[in-house]
Amino acid sequence: MKNARGTYLDEHSVSSWLLTTDHKRIGILYLISIVVYFGVAAVAAALMRINLLTPQGGLVLPATYNKLFTLHGVLMVWFFLIPSIPAVLGNFVIPMMIGARDVAFPKLNLLSWYLFNLGGACALYAVVWGGVDTGWTFYTPYSTTYANGHVVTMIMGVFIAGFGSILTGLNFLITIHKMRAPGMTWFRLPLFIWSLYSTSVILVLATPVLAITLLAIAVERLWGVGIFDPNLGGDPVLFQHMFWFYSHPAVYIMILPGMGVVSEVIPCFSRKRIFGYHFVAFSSLAIAVVGFFVWGHHMFVSSESIYAAMVFSILSFIVAVPSAIKVFNWTATLYKGSVSYDTPMLYAFGFIGLFTIGGLTGLFLAAIAVDVHLHDTYFIVAHFHYIMVGGMVLSFMGGLHYWWPKISGRMYPEAMGRIAAIVTFIGFNLTFFPQFLLGYLGQPRRYHAYPPEFQVFHVLSTAGATILGVGYLLPLLYFLWSIKYGARAPANPWNATGLEWQTASPPPSENFEQIPIVTAEPYDYHPEAEEEPQPEPQHA
Amino acid sequence: MLEQTPAHAHQFETLEQQREADTLGMWTFLATEVLFFGGLIMCYTFARFSYPQAFEAASHRLYVAYGGPNTAILLCSSFTMALAVRAAQLGGRKATTALLAVTALFGAGFLVVKGFEYHTDYVEELVPRFRFHWEGPDAAHAELFFWLYFVLTGLHALHVTIGIVILTIVAILSWRGKITAEKYVTTEIVGLYWHFVDIVWVFLFPLLYLIGHR
Repeated sequence: MKNARGTYLDEHSVSSWLLTTDHKRIGILYLISIVVYFGVAAVAAALMRINLLTPQGGLVLPATYNKLFTLHGVLMVWFFLIPSIPAVLGNFVIPMMIGARDVAFPKLNLLSWYLFNLGGACALYAVVWGGVDTGWTFYTPYSTTYANGHVVTMIMGVFIAGFGSILTGLNFLITIHKMRAPGMTWFRLPLFIWSLYSTSVILVLATPVLAITLLAIAVERLWGVGIFDPNLGGDPVLFQHMFWFYSHPAVYIMILPGMGVVSEVIPCFSRKRIFGYHFVAFSSLAIAVVGFFVWGHHMFVSSESIYAAMVFSILSFIVAVPSAIKVFNWTATLYKGSVSYDTPMLYAFGFIGLFTIGGLTGLFLAAIAVDVHLHDTYFIVAHFHYIMVGGMVLSFMGGLHYWWPKISGRMYPEAMGRIAAIVTFIGFNLTFFPQFLLGYLGQPRRYHAYPPEFQVFHVLSTAGATILGVGYLLPLLYFLWSIKYGARAPANPWNATGLEWQTASPPPSENFEQIPIVTAEPYDYHPEAEEEPQPEPQHA
Repeated sequence: MLEQTPAHAHQFETLEQQREADTLGMWTFLATEVLFFGGLIMCYTFARFSYPQAFEAASHRLYVAYGGPNTAILLCSSFTMALAVRAAQLGGRKATTALLAVTALFGAGFLVVKGFEYHTDYVEELVPRFRFHWEGPDAAHAELFFWLYFVLTGLHALHVTIGIVILTIVAILSWRGKITAEKYVTTEIVGLYWHFVDIVWVFLFPLLYLIGHR
């Protein structure tokens, strides 16, 4: 549907993109950037998986392997997962969902993108000119004293990108507080907004601690004075506390937005009001708050006192409760709904199953005794990939398919979409389920070689990764195809509620012809069965 | 619907909405700053708790004669800043400009005193790594104290410098009549930032100079 007043995509000059302050265009800029970083990090993963086909690890040198997993971790965490849903989909839909013309600070929004890519350029520079082998966690004193390579450049990259995250979080918080359309009360907000609000709180409060920690590493590495190396009178465990004070909440930055997408997709494709709106909304905030107090579970074997470990263990069990509440509510939403199996819904189903496995294995690791056995094994690797890939990547893909008609004004090919979703799901499980077994049997992570009895699991995992790669490549191809050849999308192809579907696809520059006035709750869906006359008596 | 006036940016409906968003934005930014400095102050507290004797001895080498007057200078600058916000609300162009300039001058005065203090530290061989000499026991932990001292006060001085630049810009804008009474919020936001910089020092001064001082 072509808008008479033109769309936000009408201008084509390079400067109209690079100097844009339109939140929709900035969302697309982020999309392009993170696809690049994802590509580099995925190649690193592919090289690792090929290397692990044989027990002696014949493809790359051990030192190269260390650099590969560091590169994979740093790029995937800071340059793909953290900006994925918030900076791409969040930027694109938040203002439209709340009925605003733009975010509160559009110029700051563009600055965030530049900071993000300046950081990304530093990280890529560090990779090309020698690499970094510390792992994405930069543990001291290895990173400050012993590691070779461009640790400081890499750290500066993450540091600079961190300020981009802080500003994005700040922008979203103020936008959600102050830019809502008339009638858009807090409890009429879509749950995607609630989840990104919670995410933004974490971005704003946790990232500065990472920044100061990275700064301390850089100073210590450059000038040999500091607080983390025991030889200098410092304490390496202090580093771990500070790092995980950011990085555990950051795990929730990497899953809460996915939960938001699923909360949008499930009601839409089951034609039912979300079950327990308030519980889903507040469980996001609960995860954000409790998530700040569980970081010590990364340090059960790092000389943490047993009493601290017990407290962190209990809190880690507690933080699973709000996640479980969400899973139950999504499942209850499906009950007696008119479920259809469109591509976004398939990804959402994948999310629920894989997130549940990832979450429950997280409880194994929150139990102190079990964690001592599983610490630093492939079990950990499998666990967090079930959350980050099975959870976040699948929901990102789901959200991208769901909002693609709005973003591009074109429909993607539905049959291909479904195939890709199923291929991704199969490939993912084949890649990572064997790693649970590997870890349980005792293979430590981050090794380039392994005893021959583990080979069968590694071969399965590599085979799965190949299928997973196809699952990622398909959407890239058909999304690009659809920009030119896809069917034109109507304003509301999913017959969804929500303000973003009330404007044209693609939307005009200022989103709405006139700022809407909101009079109803979100998720005003009705199962098809209810709309027709029914033999059973309806309850009031 | 209100008529579009150039007073507020296009994404806002009213000037009031923009004012609220701007102010809340600065408060949120200050929350991130609290955690930024908070992480370092936590490191300092941890190290001080771990090595009390070395840190006390090292702390005695700092001069309250520098830190004390500097505290007074910053407190005065916060006072003139508050007056500047009031003047901007009332629309007094000259008063606002003058008070902003005085605040910036106080900030510059702070940096000058700080510069002399750093010079003294250098002369007395208290700069970790580059020029450090310690007579007493536990030189490594004394050096750690001075590392924390330089990082904390250095980051604070960086914030003061940024503050002076912003104050100067706003003072010039005010002189040119760009800050009318209805757009006083610019001054208020700068004020929030400046008071924050002041408060950080109010924490740093006792932590570094005064604890255990006889």
